[in-house]
Amino acid sequence: MSGASGTTGSAARERIGVDVRQVSLPAGHPVAKLSLAAAVAGAVALAVAWALGGPRFYSSYLTAYLFFLTLALGGLVFVLLQFVTRAGWSVAVRRLAEHVMGTLPLFLVLFVPVIIGMGDLFPWAVGEGGGEHEALVGSKALWLQPGSWILRSAVYLVLWSVLGWWFRRQSIGQDRHPDPGVTRRLQIASAPGLVVFGVTVTLASFDWVMSLDPHWYSTIFGVYVFAGAVVGILALVVVLSVALERRRGPLAGIVTPEHYHDLGKLLFGFVVFWAYIAFSQFMLIWYGNLPEETVWYRQRFEHGWYPVSVAVAVGCFVVPFFFLLGRDVKRNRLTLTAAAVWLLVFHYVDVYWLVMPSALSVDPGGGFHPHWLDLLTLVAVGGLFAGAVGRLMAGPALVPVADPRLPESLSFENM
Amino acid sequence: MTDARGAAAPTPAPSAWDGGRTPVWGALAEFTTPDGLLAAAAAVREAGFERFDAHSPFPVHGIERAMRLKRSPVPWFVLVLGLGGAAAGMLLQWWVSTHAYPLVISGKPFFSWPAFVPIMFECGVLGGALGAVFGFLSMARLPRHHHPLFGSTRFERVGDDAFFLSIEAADPRFDRQRTPAMLADLGARHVELVDMPAPEASRKEPEGGAA
Repeated sequence: MSGASGTTGSAARERIGVDVRQVSLPAGHPVAKLSLAAAVAGAVALAVAWALGGPRFYSSYLTAYLFFLTLALGGLVFVLLQFVTRAGWSVAVRRLAEHVMGTLPLFLVLFVPVIIGMGDLFPWAVGEGGGEHEALVGSKALWLQPGSWILRSAVYLVLWSVLGWWFRRQSIGQDRHPDPGVTRRLQIASAPGLVVFGVTVTLASFDWVMSLDPHWYSTIFGVYVFAGAVVGILALVVVLSVALERRRGPLAGIVTPEHYHDLGKLLFGFVVFWAYIAFSQFMLIWYGNLPEETVWYRQRFEHGWYPVSVAVAVGCFVVPFFFLLGRDVKRNRLTLTAAAVWLLVFHYVDVYWLVMPSALSVDPGGGFHPHWLDLLTLVAVGGLFAGAVGRLMAGPALVPVADPRLPESLSFENM
Repeated sequence: MTDARGAAAPTPAPSAWDGGRTPVWGALAEFTTPDGLLAAAAAVREAGFERFDAHSPFPVHGIERAMRLKRSPVPWFVLVLGLGGAAAGMLLQWWVSTHAYPLVISGKPFFSWPAFVPIMFECGVLGGALGAVFGFLSMARLPRHHHPLFGSTRFERVGDDAFFLSIEAADPRFDRQRTPAMLADLGARHVELVDMPAPEASRKEPEGGAA
């Protein structure tokens, strides 16, 4: 097939009548305008939330921060996976994920409020949470020290930012100086990059989410966060592709139903993977029935959290599983976008469900009480994130125009 | 056989010499490129043929559109047998642990559904996989020992570098003279009539004689 792909690729480009060298985001495009407005709204919302927040600000902020951080990390792992598998199909949409992962340095800055709110968020940071479980927390005391925790957090964020920034810069550099060697270099770097990603994401999810309840532990927790991140980025790439492709947008004729179909298949696959991991964690804890493990689910089955737990299971798995089963649903822009938006919403519910019951459990009667700060911090981090994505998109081409596999991606067809 | 377009007249199959009495399975045209096969498949479908097939060494993009193939029903086999397998797996465990042989295991209720989910899942996967395999085999009418096209020596190259289009004589529009001529006009390098294999031929003899 590889012999034929070159000729059919150029034929496909002629057929669709698009000059891939001209593909960039026009200044007046709704996506460009929206991202600018979002950045302003985000900055204002952050200032208001910070000023009026109080202690609740920090748990709401951490939820919003982790939701958008997982999207950016999903972008990083998506790009690394495309290179490590030498994927051809995804080249037409890869630049979108590269822009999303390009926002990782922003999260280095946005981590500052989490450090400031450390004492409000993490019981171990102020020496609380001891009591009858002193021994359990004690064995983790060496790891959960404020100083080393801040240092580790900085290491994760710097590693991610450097990885994302370097991959994006190399890929964009290839646009101007077409050189297949860049692709080869990124392929070689992607394998160790994935190892770094896997270790740091696991440790970061332990440090930032699991340690909200310092008694509790689950070794699969990092995989759970990773699965949610991949669902998130796939859904976001679908939304961005549709936004830039519809109504003869800059990606019209480049992103085709074939790409939507494959994004939909991956989305479906990772919905199942997420459910597999989520259920594995739940079933082992349920079966073992050890108090120090079951307490985490107990918190999520009581004080008004039970409906949220059911919503996570139904919204993140049951509904999208059956909805995304069919072929036509994945090839249709409208239905796939609906599924993607749905999954993004429920990815937020999932992160909320991970963070909030533990973060609020220190308060007396810390049940399920949605707060206006949840929404405001979501707008704050989301606005800055969207603004950053829009800013990164504005300069370079929206597809890696000199990637040697672009013709393969443009003419790619599902069987 | 010559490759020249002008000389690509239908090669007479042995049956052509006996005045058309030997039953013919169909016509087989050989093309040199996937694009030639695609164009011919579209033209044959346009001409109203329905019992025809394309054969190539590798999947040709767009051939299902050119042939206007209907969607495969195999996914429905997978869905029904997958859900059926999952339901059967759960039902079996429910019956065993609440009716047939109830046992208290680590103090949990007889019907402890979380423990049954992995087995339900695996039964669903098994059902879906069996649905895919046997649904495909039944839709492709496999396994079979022989196919009339295997009688053509040129057809052996279908796994190598040649692209074939076959039209069955069972198609109402099939004509011994006109169909091979049409295929030659569509740019085939070589066209031949393929005989019905002997056992099927003898079985069909009375019908063929009457027609």
